[in-house]
This record gives sequence, structure tokens and C-alpha cells, in this order.
Amino acid sequence: MSTGLNDSEIIGKVLSGEQQAYALLVNRYQSYVFTLALRFTKNREDAEELSQDIFIKAYRSLSDFRGTAKFSTWLYTIVNNACISFLRKKKLEVHSLDNEKFFEVADNQDSGMRANMIEQKSKIAMVNKAIALLGPDDAEIITLFYKSEQSLDEISKILGLEINTAKVRLHRARTRLKEKMETYFAEEVKDLN
Amino acid sequence: MNTQRTIEERLWDFIDGTSTVDEKSNVERLLEGNLEWKAKYHELLEVHQLIQASELEEPSMRFSKNVMDQIAKLHIAPATKTYINKKIIRGIGIFFILLVAGFLVYGFGQVNWSTKGDDSFLENINKVNFNKFFSNTWVNAFMIINVVLGLFLLDNYLSNKRKDYRKEA
Repeated sequence: MSTGLNDSEIIGKVLSGEQQAYALLVNRYQSYVFTLALRFTKNREDAEELSQDIFIKAYRSLSDFRGTAKFSTWLYTIVNNACISFLRKKKLEVHSLDNEKFFEVADNQDSGMRANMIEQKSKIAMVNKAIALLGPDDAEIITLFYKSEQSLDEISKILGLEINTAKVRLHRARTRLKEKMETYFAEEVKDLN
Repeated sequence: MNTQRTIEERLWDFIDGTSTVDEKSNVERLLEGNLEWKAKYHELLEVHQLIQASELEEPSMRFSKNVMDQIAKLHIAPATKTYINKKIIRGIGIFFILLVAGFLVYGFGQVNWSTKGDDSFLENINKVNFNKFFSNTWVNAFMIINVVLGLFLLDNYLSNKRKDYRKEA
């Protein structure tokens, strides 16, 4: 099966009955969806299950995709809604941007992680670990902006926010990430300079 | 603190390439002449580059196969627009309009239009016995639903207008 097809062409094939073509979309977006899910669940098993549900939900609703936005933007909207529902079901607290208590909890939970990280000099691993220490809202917006190739306009649509609110949220998320790196990975950050 | 946040926000916009042309040249000028700005810029740029270097997480090797196995048993649901018939929506709208019109006709029907002499229109309106229909629970409930739907419609209309305005801007 050709992999040079764009998203719209693949969707056209799936809608016309070529169910197997959907595997192309799954392969193309699985890491993005899984990473976003992991930002919320903080656990690989749950993230994998949630990502599967997301792809199934997207498949079932595929005929509702009108092509007015990018397929990825539409898919990440499903991801965002599914992740929020997951947190509600798990009765985990969704922390607001100004909820400093979350960081205290995360700091305590992840003190063991830091010990392991001291041995890892890889800056990529360090950033990934620092992102994992962020609250779901912050980690999600950073992932959408940097890794999922979404513009601020698209992010605002995915998250159901005004564009300026999304921009401010991104700024704050990066500031918090910087603080996390400075607090937990000060040695590694120093080594990078 | 506030100034600091402003510097960071302006620098993030500059790094993201979302600054306006004027703002961009202002920031460039500040970066050339102001050491505080320069230091902050390098600090934020480093964070930016580090995040860019981060990697996506990979699910298990069987992930794609698991999804395909599950969807093999499923069918794509029909598009929402195919089962929401516009005629039904219009029918509901016409029903509500007719109900409102019915109330108005009934209310104004109580006005004695043929009265001559000193009785003005306003005086006639005052003679309408509004208590007769506004004391009914069903009528009140109906009116409340109408008001809520009206406000919802107005909110939708205004937010669409706002979006259109932003797009034009």
C-alpha cells in the first residue's frame, strides 16, 4: 500500500470502504497521540489503552471530518476530549495553571526520578523527563506546539480557547518547564552551557 | 516581576515569530543595546531549542495491529449532518414562532380596538389581563425556555460575529 498519500486521500479511501487504509493514519499519528495521552495519564499502559480508544473513536466518527481543518487538528481535538474524560473518570485533579500545590506533589513524587536522571546526560531525556514533571495542561500545550506541528490558532481550536489565552498558556508552560529544568536538572543544564 | 513577565512574553513572541513587524524591530534593537534583554533572550532561546530537541514517545510494537483488529469489527458511523434533518430543525423553529405569535394574537385580541373617544392605545394595552396567562405554570415554563433559547441563539450569533471580525482583522 502506498504511503505517499496525504491524509485526505487516505480518509477518502477509508470512507469508500478500504478499512485497511486506516492503518496508514494510525502509523502516521500513533506517536503523537500516544505522547499526548502519556502527558495526561503519566503511565504507559493507560496511555496505550487511551490512544487505542482515541483511534477507534476517530475511525467511528471519520465521516464527520469535513476537511475544513487539518486531520491532525481534528484528531488532537478528540485526544484532548478523551484525555479530559480519562482524568475525570480516574478522579484525578485537573490542576489549573496557578495551582502551585500540584508542583509540590509532583516534586515529591518525582524525587526518585531525579536520582536516575543524574546518571543520564542526554539532554533529550532530560527535557522529556522535565516535561513529564509538568501538569497535564502545560505538558499538552508544549507537545502540541513543538512536536505536533500545530499553530497557536490550531491549538486554540483544539483546546477550545481564545488564541491569546492559548498564547499566554504556552508562555507560562515554557516558563514552568524552565523552572523544572533548573530545579531538578541543574547539573545537566550547567553541563549543556 | 510584571516587567520581567512582559520581557519574557515579548521575547517568546519574538522567538516564535509571532511578533508584529514593528515589535520585531523593537526587540531587535533592545537585544543589541540592552544586556538584560540579551541575557534573557539567550536563556529562553536555549529552552526553546531544548524543547525542540525533545522526542515523541512510542507506543508498543503491536499498537497499530491492536487498533486495526478492533476496528475490523466496527463500521464508520454516518455523518452527523446526515441524520440531523434540517427540515426537522426548521419545523421546531416554526413551531416556536407560531406559539409566540399565538400568544401575541391572544393578548392583543383582548384590546378593544374599536373604542373611540379618550381611550388611547396605551390605555387599551393596560386593560389586557396579563395575569390570566402569566400565572399559568406551563406558560411560564414555556416563556423561560424561549428566553433561554433566545439568549443561546444571541450568544451564538455574537460569537460568530466576533470570529468573523477577528478573521478580517
